[in-house]
Amino acid sequence: MTMRASRMTFGGLLACAVLSAFAQQPAGVPARRSGFDGMSASLQAMQRDDLQNPGMLWVADGEASWNQADVGGAGRSCASCHGDARHSMRGVASRYPDWDPVDRQPVDLAQRINRCRVRHQAAAPWPNDGKELLSLETFVAHQSRGQPLQPSGAPALVETRAHGQALYTQRIGQLNLSCATCHDALAGRKLAGSPIPQGHANGYPIYRLEWQAVGSLRRRIRNCMVGVRAEPFAPDSAEMVALELYLAQRSAGLPVETPAVRP
Amino acid sequence: MARTLIQVPPTAKRGDVVEVRTLIAHTMETGYRAGSDGRTLPRDIIRRFSCRFNDELVFSAELHPAIAANPYIAFALRATASGKLTFSWEGDNGLSQTESATLTVT
Repeated sequence: MTMRASRMTFGGLLACAVLSAFAQQPAGVPARRSGFDGMSASLQAMQRDDLQNPGMLWVADGEASWNQADVGGAGRSCASCHGDARHSMRGVASRYPDWDPVDRQPVDLAQRINRCRVRHQAAAPWPNDGKELLSLETFVAHQSRGQPLQPSGAPALVETRAHGQALYTQRIGQLNLSCATCHDALAGRKLAGSPIPQGHANGYPIYRLEWQAVGSLRRRIRNCMVGVRAEPFAPDSAEMVALELYLAQRSAGLPVETPAVRP
Repeated sequence: MARTLIQVPPTAKRGDVVEVRTLIAHTMETGYRAGSDGRTLPRDIIRRFSCRFNDELVFSAELHPAIAANPYIAFALRATASGKLTFSWEGDNGLSQTESATLTVT
């Protein structure tokens, strides 16, 4: 009797677990899997080891610019206001993109950094995907490594996030594919010889072997869009941030891996 | 100056074999690739890496165009005495960078 009772309890627990899993994810969608899990053991080792991971070179550059004061008219470094990034920036990247109450629009981490430069350092904004911006973005995002992605719950973001989801499922380009065609329906299968990942945005900026350099999520999205023969979003366009917002929501709960290594 | 990351154990027992690891930011442009304008990008690679321990050459390597960007070089060293490790990377376009680290043998 005791055996049967405990077995029933176990069955009940299992049902609860399954139900709660369904509550988080639509039916039929497999569990979230970071791109890390699908990589070869040697690439995983490269990402885990901070001396083999070339992304750490960008982190080191970003740390130097975090502490550099002679950047603008205000004579302030990032550290002058934010102090030690290890504490002040912990958990920041895991909630971005976030709402900017001053400009009343959603901004991603790179845009946030450039706004800080203009507003508080009286410096010129860095060019998109330039070495300086990428380094500082990588450094800031690295402070959240290991923390789960927790997208901002700001009510003002709801509409943009829904727009991002629409963009994610919208077929585009001469190949007439949407993000969802590959990264939801065909994830885990192969495109030519390469595995199709679920396309989670939990390791950006990433060190991509194909690029031989660190690159942003925007660059990755532009790559995908060119791949399906579509016109990529403009760098600072509302569409780009909307898609980033939805991707963050879609990857919620996965740990930040910045700087991740990807093939 | 290129960014480098160097890892040397701060202390070692006399006679121990220690691992020395280095990473340097470098494009390692092969000289065979075409740029966005179709013209061949000129070669820009590191040609030689060397490590001296108290002025004695303990490790060196020649690098070639097939080596990936941001080369990672690791090697083993027998710790015989305390001293200074000097790392140098030399290459195209007058690249000459030197970094150092100390090893304390107990």
